[in-house]
Amino acid sequence: MQKMLNWIDDRFPLSALWKSQVSEYYAPKNFNFWYFFGSLALVVLVMQLLTGIFLTMSYKPDAAKAFESVEYIMRDVSGGWFIRYLHSTGASAFFIVVYLHMFRALLYGSYRKPRELLWIVGCFIYLALMAEAFFGYLLPWGQMSYWGAQVIVNLFSAVPLIGDDLGVWIRGDYTISDVTLNRFFAFHVIAVPLVLLLLVAVHLMALHEVGSNNPDGIEIKDKKDPLTGHPLDGIPFHPYYTVKDLVGVVAFLALFSVVVFFWPDGGGYFLEADNFIPANPLQTPEHIAPVWYFTPYYAMLRAVPSFLQSQFWGVLVMGAAVVILFFMPWLDRGPVKSIRYRGAVYKIWLAVFVVCFLVLGYLGTVPVTVWGQFGDMMGAADRATVVARVLTLVYFMFFLLMPWYTARDKTKPVPERVTGK
Amino acid sequence: MTAFTRWIGVILLVAAGGAFAAETGLRLEPAPGRRLDNESLQRGARNFVNYCLTCHSAQYMRYNRLTDLGLTEQQINDNLMFATDKIGSTMTVAMGNADAAAWFGAPPPDLSVEARVRGADWLYSYLNAFYRDDKAPSGWNNLVFPNVAMPHVLWSVQGVNKLVETEYEDREKAEAAAIAVKSLAKVERAGDGKYVVKTLAQESPGSLSAVEYEAFVADLVNFLGYMAEPARNQRINFGIGALIFLGILFAFAYALKRNYWKDIH
Repeated sequence: MQKMLNWIDDRFPLSALWKSQVSEYYAPKNFNFWYFFGSLALVVLVMQLLTGIFLTMSYKPDAAKAFESVEYIMRDVSGGWFIRYLHSTGASAFFIVVYLHMFRALLYGSYRKPRELLWIVGCFIYLALMAEAFFGYLLPWGQMSYWGAQVIVNLFSAVPLIGDDLGVWIRGDYTISDVTLNRFFAFHVIAVPLVLLLLVAVHLMALHEVGSNNPDGIEIKDKKDPLTGHPLDGIPFHPYYTVKDLVGVVAFLALFSVVVFFWPDGGGYFLEADNFIPANPLQTPEHIAPVWYFTPYYAMLRAVPSFLQSQFWGVLVMGAAVVILFFMPWLDRGPVKSIRYRGAVYKIWLAVFVVCFLVLGYLGTVPVTVWGQFGDMMGAADRATVVARVLTLVYFMFFLLMPWYTARDKTKPVPERVTGK
Repeated sequence: MTAFTRWIGVILLVAAGGAFAAETGLRLEPAPGRRLDNESLQRGARNFVNYCLTCHSAQYMRYNRLTDLGLTEQQINDNLMFATDKIGSTMTVAMGNADAAAWFGAPPPDLSVEARVRGADWLYSYLNAFYRDDKAPSGWNNLVFPNVAMPHVLWSVQGVNKLVETEYEDREKAEAAAIAVKSLAKVERAGDGKYVVKTLAQESPGSLSAVEYEAFVADLVNFLGYMAEPARNQRINFGIGALIFLGILFAFAYALKRNYWKDIH
């Protein structure tokens, strides 16, 4: 065994890589609950890739056969229902895990210097994930697949001047059709996954270069053992965090199994009821709602009024809502990273932001008439639309006012060494 | 601090799985779900092939899959197959889409996964909600699906119902009355701020009593639920096993973690 390892090590830095990236990669010893979601995202990624491969073996990217082939997988392929539910639930689980992972960064300032690039790469992963989910959602070729894609591609058609041509270029047709399905399939099964894998690799490399942040938001590399040169508050990733993450993975899989085996529709949020109707280009559904993970942005899109006879402003706002995330490292001017040592102002802003995001997410799933209308005083406007407008503003204020309120916020002294959990 | 972060975590998790009830003027009757009752499912299959499969196809459902319900292929062949003699065929109908569109205004939808589109309660209520309406093209209307193109195929079984409308002064009274009916009742806004409660009453009986008809529809809906996802029972059984396995694995993983971490302070 040792001889074989030596043989490999002479030709490929296997042991060196293992050491530098795993067994001698020192991570802070005070990770808490929020630090499970990075490894969970990786687990879900692998699961999506594997189940995706098996689904591809039986799925047919053909407008006349796609819906049928999904039912074929659900009924006639052995274990097909299991693979398909893993994949469909995995899509939602991916977003849940990634949203919690991003929220962790907001809690503990994980995007701050020296982790700006790590954060930016993460934002690109989030973008790629949205693209992957969007392309994939067309494939079952149900009514929501079809009309959801129609709505999203039409956003690009709202771009001034080149919009119409852009829409045709994306669809390959004047409407969502077999051509669109084929190219979305290509993007979903190969192009975007490749980008995603590459970005995840870069994300991990950047992480291992700068080292992990921790719930105290202090650098463990500043305090090293003079003899070994290892951080005093660091422990080797393997075996400590491999065994700890294993506990997280098993707990996650148990929750995940509850959905896959007992609640695969996710109450109509993971698999929408209307998507069990085959796509019909001649029949627009009464209410088109994207899947839950896009709904905060969808609510913003709908909230923005058209201006100068153009719907483009909504698209712009929606895009800005995602792009603004990239600037987090420079918007935050707080003297401390972790919420543990921040003042009340940031805590309140963050709580308001979370509520904002959740309520917008809810509003994106329902028709704008859900809360009725205001009286004539308010021009009989839909209450939900007005609320969505206010929340959209608050969403942007959280970011745009951040340089001001983080700098002025009263902070607590940061400890020299990491504290308990 | 931890309390704060935990609190936010709870909000996030609740929202992630959050379901929100929608408001409608119609309260659906809950379908008695009996996914493990093979006799009910077999009766439902019989009702389905006798009454639905003449117009509605179930083109993703194979006849031989009905062995799930405890039937032999011979029994399926003798009792449930009228359109084909190949046991591996799917449940298709002879009626063409063009004909169907000409006769009914729209082709009857394929019913393979209808229970996943509408939900069992909707189907159960719908099949109980037909009433005589001379103004409708087919002579029938439906409380759950107003102006539906489908005529009441089961009228000889259920009998003929008529619509009863009662007007109430305000919404609360109307809703209280609708709940008091204890069967299908629809509250609608009428003119000048009044509300009307629509219920059904039998005009002439069918071949089954009211209770028997409800059981007949319950079996049929039970079958539609099975057909929409034939692997459902298998899925639930697998799930129980998977959770037991993961529970045991969790205990071992947690013990392993505790053991490795005992020196970290």
